[in-house]
Amino acid sequence: MGSKTMISAKLAIATAATVFSLSAAPQAAQANECIAPSSPGGGWDFTCRTIGRILTELNLVDGNVQITNMAGGVGAVTYATVEAKRSDDPNLIVATSTVGITQIAQGRYPSGIETMRYLGMLGADVGVIAVAADSKYETLAQLNEAIVADASSVVTAGSSGAGGWDHIRLLLVARAAGLEDLSSLRWVQFDGGTDAVTQMMGGQLDVVSTDLGEIAGFVESGDIRILAALSTDPIPAFPDIPTAISQGVDVTGYNWRGLYTGGNVSDEAYDKWVERLKTLYDSEEWQTAAVDFGLVPIWIGGAEFETYVREQEKIMADISRDIGIIE
Amino acid sequence: MEILSSLGLGFSVALQPLHLALLLFGCFAGTLIGAMPGLGPVNGVAILIPLTFAFGFDATASLILLSAVYFGCMYGGRISSILLNIPGDEPAVMTTLDGYPMAQQGHAANALAISGVASFIGATVAIIGLTLFAPMLAKAAIYFGPADYFALYIMAFATIGGLSGVDPRKTLLSALLGLMIATVGLDPATGIPRYTTGSFHLYDGIDPIVALVGLFAISELLFLLEKTIKDRDVAIRLTTWIPDVKVVVGTLWATLRGSIVGFVAGVLPGAGASLGAVMSYSIEKQVSNKNNTFGKGDPRGVAAPEAGNNSASAGALIPMLSLGVPGSGTTAVMLAMLISLNVQPGPLLFERQPDLVWGLVASLYMANVMLLILNLPLIGLFTRLMAVPTWALMPLVVAVSFVGVYSISNSTFDLYVMIGFGLLGYVLRKLDITLVPLVLGLLLGTDMENNLRRALSISGGDFGVLVASWISIGLYVATAAFLILSVFLAARDRKRVPTEAG
Repeated sequence: MGSKTMISAKLAIATAATVFSLSAAPQAAQANECIAPSSPGGGWDFTCRTIGRILTELNLVDGNVQITNMAGGVGAVTYATVEAKRSDDPNLIVATSTVGITQIAQGRYPSGIETMRYLGMLGADVGVIAVAADSKYETLAQLNEAIVADASSVVTAGSSGAGGWDHIRLLLVARAAGLEDLSSLRWVQFDGGTDAVTQMMGGQLDVVSTDLGEIAGFVESGDIRILAALSTDPIPAFPDIPTAISQGVDVTGYNWRGLYTGGNVSDEAYDKWVERLKTLYDSEEWQTAAVDFGLVPIWIGGAEFETYVREQEKIMADISRDIGIIE
Repeated sequence: MEILSSLGLGFSVALQPLHLALLLFGCFAGTLIGAMPGLGPVNGVAILIPLTFAFGFDATASLILLSAVYFGCMYGGRISSILLNIPGDEPAVMTTLDGYPMAQQGHAANALAISGVASFIGATVAIIGLTLFAPMLAKAAIYFGPADYFALYIMAFATIGGLSGVDPRKTLLSALLGLMIATVGLDPATGIPRYTTGSFHLYDGIDPIVALVGLFAISELLFLLEKTIKDRDVAIRLTTWIPDVKVVVGTLWATLRGSIVGFVAGVLPGAGASLGAVMSYSIEKQVSNKNNTFGKGDPRGVAAPEAGNNSASAGALIPMLSLGVPGSGTTAVMLAMLISLNVQPGPLLFERQPDLVWGLVASLYMANVMLLILNLPLIGLFTRLMAVPTWALMPLVVAVSFVGVYSISNSTFDLYVMIGFGLLGYVLRKLDITLVPLVLGLLLGTDMENNLRRALSISGGDFGVLVASWISIGLYVATAAFLILSVFLAARDRKRVPTEAG
């Protein structure tokens, strides 16, 4: 009796586990599906979940949008899977961002940018250059002067490795300021922007380059000072933060959030997605959700977005070559 | 007084019927998820996040549910460690060392009771710490730099040597193997692939939980197959289904020591529950292993790491809430969820959303009590698991392992990795090489390397940075003292054992 009970209890557990896992598994190909090429949590997952929810709420699609998490290789596993198996699936969209384009530019995806059709960007995190509240650097000009005079005297950090987007946009600033040997600037990698900021508050680092959204709390509490926002216009939530452009450094550094679909999808299906996403972008729901998540809503879609993505890839490849990340 | 009124506010939030129901559900689901090999708190929380969105819960309700699941998993993880020698989740690895021998000697009920009570006390100590000192501790933790973290990991590894009684050279080999496997994947500092053999599946490295399930569950199955061919396994005789209160009380000091060590590890954002469990066990062994009973079913060897990993998990909420820096994989997922619910953890969270923070703290007190009440009566039920013949139980365990591992990433590749590690585990166990140091190498290796790389990036390659702060110097001195003490104790034990054996 006792052993039977236990076996059935174990069976129940196994069944429960199966149910849990099924809920995460992809459903039949008919439904619309958004693949987040990462584990749950984080930017790509947010993109899929929020866009999926609003598409349904606005009746832009039939039923729910299935969200699939396919982590691996910073999006490379998804890229390979879509190319091999789903390249003409008209019901599939995949979340991507500046991070994905950086990986492509550095040859870390199985194939190039032309393999997929890029649909559009719906919002962006704004990059900022931050220092601790008690830092000796009061303005971007002072920081740039110190960097150009002796790059190795300034310890910089952010949420990406060397050659990642946080690093590259800081280098764009340094290059615009006149630094020639970009590899002489010290860069320390952290897992997130807040990790880097807290280490900066502890006195280990001088400068942090990362997205504003994640570290906004420290700006409001007065623990850190933002020397420059890498946006074309001042950020609505923080109108007092000067842009780099207003300080004579012509650099922007958005971390945009957008979507792509398979490379062999018909023009008809492609245009339909672009149209749906534009409607979604214009909705009250998206504008609120994006701002809540710390994003600035920005729309670039269709052919214009395809061009934008290709230009960005080129800039990233050039600077990666300059700092020796790729040959 | 201010804290009391804040807590009062918290309990008024936590006692709302919806929140109570979520708490109970979360504790129960968490215990089950945690008990299954391969499924741990990260999966539990990740599985339930869509649920919170689907029901449209607000941030407070979601956070209460997910924290209950998180705590439940930390309780549940110990069950399969003790009964099956298969850790339910990563920090539960240390519990296998003495928990499984206890179960084999027929003391499964005691081991489960001790670990349940230790989990309760560990978590309670940490929640009290969270209540009293959260903002202050968060401020102190930021002065812990990369070089100091590296020193902390060195300390953890130095103490691993004393973990298992067998040949120290094999322990070292096992730990180094783990460290080596931890380097697979994209180099975090430069993004360059290492040992990936061109496969994108290996870019993110080996997921420790996949390796862990393979090493323990699959290799156990292989041993079973071998055994069944040769002979019938001897059923373990249960002495009792009811835990002995005296034994449980006897572990109280071990539990308290483990709680404090674990809490410190939890508060440091770069450490976490696994490190908390390792340090608690190692320190307890140094303090209490007078008769060389550790690793052979010493109740204190169960109490210390369980108290340690539970207090570390609760402690990890401090940097998560007050700095926005997650100290563990689970808190990272919770952080992402909070942000998507428009709650930005960080220095202002305590001022701006006191009902959320204190509601959570009050819920944790209640979740902890609920889990203790929920878990103690289940001891009888779980203990009966020992009566199930292995040939019937193991296939089910393996089936659950496959489902669990597949559900992490929806990837068949991970299943192959798991089987590969199962074969590796089988070979190593045949060679009498313990697996625990390997798992710890794999678990702690990545963070240890990252912090070394960060320290050296800051100094521009100058190794002097590693001993440039008083924190790191203090940790190295403590490590050295630790090693000298254990050599001394080992020498003394060798003299003593023959007389005591008689």
